[in-house]
Amino acid sequence: MAKLIAFIDGSIYSESVLDHAAWVATTIGASVDVIHVIGRRDVASADFNLSGNLEAGSHQSLLNELADHDAQRAKLAQQRGRLVVDSGVARLQAAGVAAAHPRLRTGDIVEAVQELEGEADLIVIGKRGEAADFAKLHLGSNLERVARVSRKPVMVASRAFRPVKRFLIAFDGGPSVMKAVDHIAHGSLFPGLPCHMIMVGRETPDALGKLEAAAETLRRAGYEVDATMEAGEPEEVIARHAEAEHIDLLVMGAYGHSRVRSLIIGSTTSEMIRSVKIPVMLFR
Amino acid sequence: MIEFLSRMRSEWFGNIRGDILAGLVVALALIPEAIAFSIIAGVDPKVGLYASFSIAVLIAFVGGRPGMISAATAATAVLMVTLVRDHGLEYLLATTVLAGLLQIAAGFLRLGYVMRFVSRSVMTGFVNALAILIFLAQLPELTGVSWVTYAMVAGGLAIIYLFPRLTKVIPSPLVCIVVLTGLSFALGLDVRTVGDMGELPSTLPMFLIPQIPLTLETLLIILPYAAAVAVVGLLESLMTATIVDDLTDTTSDKNQECIGQGIANTATGFIGGMAGCAMIGQSIINIKSGGRGRLSTFLAGAFLLFMILVLGDLVSVIPMAALVAIMIMVSIGTFSWASVKNLAVHPRSSSIVMLATVATVVYTHNLAIGVFAGVLLSGIFFAWKISQIFRVTSTLSEDGRERIYTVAGQIFFASAEDFTNAFDFKEALERVTIDVSQAHIWDISSVQALDMIILKFRREGADVNVVGMNEASETIVDRLAIHDKPGALERLMGH
Repeated sequence: MAKLIAFIDGSIYSESVLDHAAWVATTIGASVDVIHVIGRRDVASADFNLSGNLEAGSHQSLLNELADHDAQRAKLAQQRGRLVVDSGVARLQAAGVAAAHPRLRTGDIVEAVQELEGEADLIVIGKRGEAADFAKLHLGSNLERVARVSRKPVMVASRAFRPVKRFLIAFDGGPSVMKAVDHIAHGSLFPGLPCHMIMVGRETPDALGKLEAAAETLRRAGYEVDATMEAGEPEEVIARHAEAEHIDLLVMGAYGHSRVRSLIIGSTTSEMIRSVKIPVMLFR
Repeated sequence: MIEFLSRMRSEWFGNIRGDILAGLVVALALIPEAIAFSIIAGVDPKVGLYASFSIAVLIAFVGGRPGMISAATAATAVLMVTLVRDHGLEYLLATTVLAGLLQIAAGFLRLGYVMRFVSRSVMTGFVNALAILIFLAQLPELTGVSWVTYAMVAGGLAIIYLFPRLTKVIPSPLVCIVVLTGLSFALGLDVRTVGDMGELPSTLPMFLIPQIPLTLETLLIILPYAAAVAVVGLLESLMTATIVDDLTDTTSDKNQECIGQGIANTATGFIGGMAGCAMIGQSIINIKSGGRGRLSTFLAGAFLLFMILVLGDLVSVIPMAALVAIMIMVSIGTFSWASVKNLAVHPRSSSIVMLATVATVVYTHNLAIGVFAGVLLSGIFFAWKISQIFRVTSTLSEDGRERIYTVAGQIFFASAEDFTNAFDFKEALERVTIDVSQAHIWDISSVQALDMIILKFRREGADVNVVGMNEASETIVDRLAIHDKPGALERLMGH
């Protein structure tokens, strides 16, 4: 049985993540692990004590004080996390998912992904989370960090779920997107759905050949494919195309460029996820 | 790359408000300590103050434990007393550079793992000895002085411990300094001040190369000091790192810390500062004040230098009594009072190791020798305890002509003699079977003991048959990492 892992944090995107997971799980008959990662504890915890003196046994008393403080907060965070995953599981069950399991972890979400993705076939995560503002300070949000470390396909849920009636493959001819094409051709996630393919760039015979070959693969698998080529900025062209054609899901290869390069010029993938208003499925 | 940058960002700026406040508190606490430790080492307060600034600022960048405070310390200062007295300041600076280089080498050789041989008892002995050394260093300020000094120290201690009951927003050591300085100024008291102890910094530190002859003789003078400073510095730093790890429930990179301490010391020697390391007391104060990130360490150093340069003239009129009171507080806070209570509860061997470490340090004023003695003693105690875990049982055959000895347990140098004595050579037997398949033979001493036993039985006229030698001798594990081989532990434990 296939297995999904859905990461939720109790933010407004959580419901959408669960709905996307429910859709995939009921379509392909998969089980879902609903995971909430209780974040790293805030670094400065206890009350300020600027007295600056050292009393006898201050090490032990300070340790006890900090541990008590952390314990209280950890208990609260765990209670809240339990509520989040339990309500997540309830929502999935209501949507007809037979096997949904709650899992609660502490630490960093990236560690959790590395730890848990081994047995999973797809990861579902929200486009933004509770820590959205906090994460802006960081280079790369949780989403980008997860997408970068994960070796499994990642579905990035948009704010609200909409039944998927047609999907679009952003084709660049790279190995990641070829993997996506292959996955779709052999998988059962989009049975018989109309498929759009778009390649952004100049029309060279080489590019056209690749696009046509990929389209042919999908056609043989029984998909109705509409493949086009257009020049321009990838983010703009694809976002426009998705809007005009009422696309419900975007499939693309993820993070092709080196980290150093994307650090300087920004990542096309992240830019794309931001600019389209539909869920995105990333393949590496 | 991105992971590294985001980690650095959170280590530096994850806790800005707490780090700024804590950095300020620690800087205030560092000033008296840096001056006091310079005085211990017998150099101008300037040397310790430059060192504290430089080490704190550098370790913020290159250290492996965010939130830990490093600066000029008592532990390293006491090691260099005789060096300064016999050879002067320049040799101290050269020693600082060399100690730093040794620490960098230790970091690259990943010697941090040797720390595992330093047991809890030795560590407790280390901090207790350190506390005693800090206290002893205050005695010269307390002997042959007027009653005014005693009154001031007592008043200072009262302020330090009682003022926090009024408010925890102002550091009480600072209040102690301000009140005592104000008093002595207002009343025109004739007491010794910091200004009497030597030169205070008036400019930013400058790069300079220690003026020493670059000869083998010089190296031989400074090497023992540098080695001791390097060892003690790393010990206290790694120990403090563990304390901060525990307090903040986070992890740190110990090898990075070794290299960082080395870089900080090397650079500090070149700007006229003395060697230092992590400080247990200051690190606890930092955590208590809300400091967690690298920013707190950096600001502690930066504020320190700023205050010294701006308030230099005021610092020089601080009465020594105020510093003594603060150092007594540091001594009391560093000492592990629980260990005194534990003397009655802990195993006697642990208590002896702890006390021996303390006694050796107080006698030699060298924490490295004390730790070495403690580690040695705990090793001996451990071997002695393990040596008791063996048993020799035997059964006599029906006809009384053959005896089967079954040996089980740990046979090594410390148990070899008891092992030999467990056999009865006076019994006249035709055949002796020694089954060692249940025993662990650890070294040559035990092999030799077994050979002697066989020989003795043969001399008494018995035929000797040894069973299970192969299994038993598999425990002669001379190559490390034998436990990596599949099933090695089972083979060692199983039979």
